[in-house]
Amino acid sequence: MKQDKHGKNHKFGMVVDLDKCTGCGSCMVACMSENNVPFKEDESRKKDSITWMRVYKITNGKSFPETEICYMPRPCMHCGGKGDHGHSPCVSVCPAVATDYDHSSGIVSQIYTRCFGCRYCMGACPYHARYFNWWDPKWPEGMENYLSPDVSPRMRGVVEKCSFCFHRYQEARDRAYVEERDDIEEQEYQTACTQACPAGAITFGDLNNPDHEVYQMVEPDAHNCGKPKNPKAFRLLERLQTNPKVYYISEREWVRKAGDNYLEGEWEKVKNNHGNDHE
Amino acid sequence: MDSALIPKGAKRCPFPVFALGIAVVGVVLLWGVYAMGLCWFKGLNQTNMDDYYGFALWIWADLAVIAIGGGAFFTGLLRYVFGIDELKNIINLAVVIGFICYSSALLILAIDVGQPLRSWFIFWHANVHSMLTEVAFCLSLYFSVLTIEFVPLILENRKLDKVPFFHNLGHNMHGVMAVFAATGAFLSCFHQGSLGGVAGVMYGRPFAFREGLLVWPWTFFLFTWSAAAYGPCFTLCVLKMFEKITKKKLVKDNVVHLLAKISGWMITTYIIAKIIDTVYWATVTAPSQGQTFMDFYSNNPFYGVWILVLEIVVCGIVPAVILTTQKFRENRKLLLVAIILGTFGVCLNRWVMVLQVMAAPVMTFDTWAMYIPSWQEVATTILPVAYGVILIALAYRYLPVFPQELELNADQQD
Repeated sequence: MKQDKHGKNHKFGMVVDLDKCTGCGSCMVACMSENNVPFKEDESRKKDSITWMRVYKITNGKSFPETEICYMPRPCMHCGGKGDHGHSPCVSVCPAVATDYDHSSGIVSQIYTRCFGCRYCMGACPYHARYFNWWDPKWPEGMENYLSPDVSPRMRGVVEKCSFCFHRYQEARDRAYVEERDDIEEQEYQTACTQACPAGAITFGDLNNPDHEVYQMVEPDAHNCGKPKNPKAFRLLERLQTNPKVYYISEREWVRKAGDNYLEGEWEKVKNNHGNDHE
Repeated sequence: MDSALIPKGAKRCPFPVFALGIAVVGVVLLWGVYAMGLCWFKGLNQTNMDDYYGFALWIWADLAVIAIGGGAFFTGLLRYVFGIDELKNIINLAVVIGFICYSSALLILAIDVGQPLRSWFIFWHANVHSMLTEVAFCLSLYFSVLTIEFVPLILENRKLDKVPFFHNLGHNMHGVMAVFAATGAFLSCFHQGSLGGVAGVMYGRPFAFREGLLVWPWTFFLFTWSAAAYGPCFTLCVLKMFEKITKKKLVKDNVVHLLAKISGWMITTYIIAKIIDTVYWATVTAPSQGQTFMDFYSNNPFYGVWILVLEIVVCGIVPAVILTTQKFRENRKLLLVAIILGTFGVCLNRWVMVLQVMAAPVMTFDTWAMYIPSWQEVATTILPVAYGVILIALAYRYLPVFPQELELNADQQD
């Protein structure tokens, strides 16, 4: 089999249907288990806990009986950066190229053995998707045996984040190579959180492939840095031009509005053509 | 006891008094070294930083000491490149302060990174797009330049100067110092600027992000300008502290007033640029990202508009007016007020551009993040201060830091 044809780039992304998410946290657990994410003995201080996938709880701010809640799973957004050229907020600032943008998959990598822990990438990421290993990773006795052999555990003093389960992509490609196929099938590469979600709220696939479900769900506009054409879809902090590859869908207007910052009166002008230019 | 090392004719306190003072500061230094050891051996869990505050007290301290150490490159530029001869009477002090500030900055950085033994990766695997890479290169190179500028002063020590090689080396280094001063100014423009760029390029952080010229955000230029403007204020603050402690006049008033005047005009131009930048950011840049000016100054327990007023009006316009007005700057008390406000102001600017950037929420459902440093962070931040006090005390005791000292204190000489 030949390697992927030169120039045929994937753009892996995720779509989260917020109206389906129940906030159960299965995605978080699956992610931690799959990626050997360390945890602390005392997890009460959340701001130095490592949660590659974090589920935020947001509300419409109204009092009972009009209160509504939405759970918003937030992995790394794997931003394409301004112009979608791969200059993600974090990639462009890392002084040692310890995080990089893979143009063949659209995935933002983190090279743990290259990272020297300056944490500039964490400051640059508006989604707080990057985590620092403040502590040595420790697992309860015997649990080391259950660590995934496909993902290297990280050492103290380096930054880590969601990799879109990149090791699964490598595995799928290896399998395709052995079977002499040119490319992988949609279901061959799925992230752990996608598979663990009991409500089927998370969908994963290639945003460049019109046959993939993620493409059909959000209809990314290739001429507009992947902004969704689906008016019910949005990306977090779209206006910052980070161009994330994680999309959210909701029928609820207040949820879509919570995805970005708007000046007074702005939302009314853009709510029906969300995903197109805001100005 | 150590009189053979003291500059000829200069009066210094008895050695036991000096040693006692050094010992007291040394205790503080050891406290800092202990905390530094904890951070190195146990990791950054010794701090109160977290995933919201990846940059915190240390990075502020880093930026602040580099800003106030800016007096070295700017005074060097004025003295050696622009040929303002009077400043030769204060340039030694500026260089010693610069050396202390920059070595402190490098030390703080070495504590701040999670994997200090990999620090060299920043040079080896350099990402040319990163402002931090530019900082690392220019900072290291400029520290080398400062060392070269410091060496001739060390060689002027009474004992060392008796060695013909050292005497000639020092003399020849003085001869080519203009080249190093110009190199230092060039490097400083870039590292001061790139420290400003560190915040300004973060387009995911509307509080920090600025548009700019080519690859440099406006904060790049503002940081360089503010370091040149406020750096001399700190040089003058240290001079005033020296004069108070030693009960001597060490530099003539005309030199002090000249540097104060230059600093005043630099602050004036800087603060105009800063106001324009702030207005543009508040009315154009931030609103284009859906945020209002008040989003950054409300709904939190600490950061209010007062901090902007304090930075721009109290620590910017006030010192600018005092230092540019002859009557005011020649008033000893007003001069002191102005240089203290100036020093505080630039440190406050660095605080805002590091800590407030991290504190302000970006996602609509996120909240302000507050932070109080741990004792280990405080101790390691005080560590360079203690080191600086010891080094500058040694320099004053054994080196001719102030060329006008003997002339101004003829009645006190040995």
